Amino acid sequence: MSISLTLNGTSRTIDADPETPLLWVLRDELGMTGTKFGCGIAQCGACTVHLDGMPIRSCQTQIGDLEGSSITTIEGVSGKAADAVRSAWEELSAAQCGYCQSGQILAASALLSETPKPTDDDIDAAMDGNVCRCATYARIRQAIHVAAEKMGA
Amino acid sequence: MFHFMKDQIQAAKPSRRSFLKMSAAGAGGFILAASLPGASRKAAASGGEFAQPFVHIRPDNKVVVLIKHLDMGQGNATGLATLIADEMDADAAQVETNFAPANAELYKNLAFGMQGTGGSTAMANSFQQYRAAGAAAKAMLVAAAARKWGVPVSTITVSKGVVTSTSGQSSNFGDLAALAANEDIPAEPVLKTPDQWVYIGKSFPRVDVPAKSRGSVGLYGMDHQAENMLVAVLARPPRFGAVPAGFDAAKAREVKGVVDVVQVPSGVAVLATSTWPAIAGRDLLAVTWDESGAETRGTDEMAKELAGMTATKGISVPGSHGDAEAAIASAAKVIEVDYAFPFLAHAPMEPLDITVFFDGEKAEFWTGSQFQTIDQMVSSRILGLTPDKVTINTSWAGGSFGRRAQPDSHYFAEAALIAKARLEAGNAAQPIKVVWTREDDIRGGYYRPMVSHKAKVGFDDKGQVTGWSHRVAAKSIMQGTAFEQFAMKDGVDSTSVEGIGELPYELPAFQTEVHNAKTPVPVLWWRSVGHTHTGYVAETMMDRLAKEAGEDPLDYRLKRIKNERLAGVLKLVAEKANWSTPLPEGRYRGIAAVESFGSYVAEVAEISFREDGTVKVEKVTCAVDCGLPVNPDNIKAQVEGGVGYGLGAVLRNEITMTDGQVDQSNFDTYLPLRMTDMPEVEVHIVPSTEAPTGIGEPGTPPVGPAVANAIAAAKGEWVTELPFSRHGYA
Repeated sequence: MSISLTLNGTSRTIDADPETPLLWVLRDELGMTGTKFGCGIAQCGACTVHLDGMPIRSCQTQIGDLEGSSITTIEGVSGKAADAVRSAWEELSAAQCGYCQSGQILAASALLSETPKPTDDDIDAAMDGNVCRCATYARIRQAIHVAAEKMGA
Repeated sequence: MFHFMKDQIQAAKPSRRSFLKMSAAGAGGFILAASLPGASRKAAASGGEFAQPFVHIRPDNKVVVLIKHLDMGQGNATGLATLIADEMDADAAQVETNFAPANAELYKNLAFGMQGTGGSTAMANSFQQYRAAGAAAKAMLVAAAARKWGVPVSTITVSKGVVTSTSGQSSNFGDLAALAANEDIPAEPVLKTPDQWVYIGKSFPRVDVPAKSRGSVGLYGMDHQAENMLVAVLARPPRFGAVPAGFDAAKAREVKGVVDVVQVPSGVAVLATSTWPAIAGRDLLAVTWDESGAETRGTDEMAKELAGMTATKGISVPGSHGDAEAAIASAAKVIEVDYAFPFLAHAPMEPLDITVFFDGEKAEFWTGSQFQTIDQMVSSRILGLTPDKVTINTSWAGGSFGRRAQPDSHYFAEAALIAKARLEAGNAAQPIKVVWTREDDIRGGYYRPMVSHKAKVGFDDKGQVTGWSHRVAAKSIMQGTAFEQFAMKDGVDSTSVEGIGELPYELPAFQTEVHNAKTPVPVLWWRSVGHTHTGYVAETMMDRLAKEAGEDPLDYRLKRIKNERLAGVLKLVAEKANWSTPLPEGRYRGIAAVESFGSYVAEVAEISFREDGTVKVEKVTCAVDCGLPVNPDNIKAQVEGGVGYGLGAVLRNEITMTDGQVDQSNFDTYLPLRMTDMPEVEVHIVPSTEAPTGIGEPGTPPVGPAVANAIAAAKGEWVTELPFSRHGYA
């Protein structure tokens, strides 16, 4: 089956079994390995991408459902929020092993696009689905606040 | 972990004074690998007998530091780059890292005698070695510049990657690299004195964060891609110790993309052109298992067995003193406390993965190898090759927490067996990536052992201890592995009892015994190894003893503590957490201090209770003494993460089994610590000029007992059966 969508701003036509999770299309068919496999059941958030700007779990999103949609991955995410997030991430060394960070950055960027000045509760609500086994949560939280400041500056 | 190896190495290793100079690699670049004489090593970290640095300067002015360790997030790549950059006076922006190939001769962990990472040894064993490598490289750059410009060496200085002569000439490193490669390696490169350090003890940017923030290609083993690569996913035994007896792959083969099905001892592999059909095909396999050697008991039965063992005399653990049994027999009061710890999965974010290419004459692997030497030996033996024909490309690892440090290299062995079987069946050689799903990871064993402790303590009529008799029962991590012969002495596996064989407190009589339980469930070191349970037991017991004596838990410890550095972190954490000031209503504190791997960490946990009775850990204040703090920010990061990792486990992590089958399967049943669980963590570092020790693990052990002691401060009872979720606290 052939699916047409926009991926990181570029029109793509993908030929795949419609039930294939977007995660595996990205990683195996398109060679975009920045989106990570962590659990396969939407419990860890490592596979987070944006669907029309909203964070979704690509491991539970079938490619057949994405006709005409716009997908943004860690390789393509940019703009005020994403740039501020990356900059804050580097400033605070938010990553340790880094395997979850693509998902964290996508989730944080989506949060800041919607809520430029998030409270700790906003951050909890937006980020609780993204697991970090290195438990860098305190730095992720702080980095989101720093990114918010950068965006406002 | 691996203190046994340090002893072994120090006793057996001959002094090596030869220098090794490798040929220039690539156009104009030079690689330096030097073994330095003992004279320059007088301040060497423990285990360090001679040094073998490794640095590459490219013509494009990049300084590439070869990292002999696996960086699984603990930051050793940045740490080792810091050492080289400082001694070379490189600019931080020109420094890159690459993981070193598997080569025990060049890249052995000086604490182990083989190439490998663990026991929080990366910085400790590399400190002098990498500094010397940086200093030697700088001396050669200076010598090359002096020769080129016809000026005395004494006129040349180096700063931020620029070599300058007082005569006016200057150059970057890259332009001097080819010339420097021809210079003699200095016999004894002069190391900087601490006052000259520009990065060490200050800061150095993490080398990996930019790439990890951009989804860069090829960082992790899971991301390895190759032309014509197959992906293998295995149906694994439903019970530990079971082996495949046969399979029906008819349905699996119908999945588009599935190309082969191969049986190996660890399971049945479905090979496909990509991951998704491999998983789908695996799920459709019908495998018959031979369970004659399988563990069929549940964890409840195993826990009973372990508890039963602690009721009987075990093997004496060195470190005992006095006659504890006699003291207890004549005590005015005796308490007996039983502890039960569950199996724990490491559950790193990146499940296991490994890519193999084997053509019958040579093999190549791509993965986050943690014990390169053992992985190379095991796979070469299986493939019928000499180890030099096996190349290991170490990648960043998405966590490990011990999981990839394999005494039996099981995941290398499995990949090698699949590749070998494919070749022997007449298939053309092609790369095969073995992928573990999260379910494979959670159910795959190699757990922190299930452990039972029994503490029996006698008191006089004033509540002072007269004797403490202690017993531990657990499956040994070392027994049955290649490490057993030198890791276990007289039946005692130090990883079962480290931290409880001898206490850091002065007590009249103390003795520990150990029982080695048997089960086919494979066990392994899990971030901080034995200290994950011994620290919990020792430090919650200390609070009990303080209560019996009617003393403040901090004062009680400080009065009896034998180690000044442990006392130092206790005092510092007490000061920073305002231990002696009253808390607002509804808040409770607990304190704990644990030495592990030569580093000292004390933590104060401040907790409250939610309306449903669960514990909310509000804040953890930490004091750390890990010797000279090479990269203070990374030390803080590791302690923050170590606190979170330990906290998640004590709150609600356990692997349980029913009739031998693991009850958990993924993050919906093995519940990880999340953002909303994470307390505020404050880390204070003790200034020190002692040799640097590790920090990947030592932040983990104190958090469990600190929180348990805080719960006891509120409720008057200590949790002795983990995790806390068993008692409604999580």
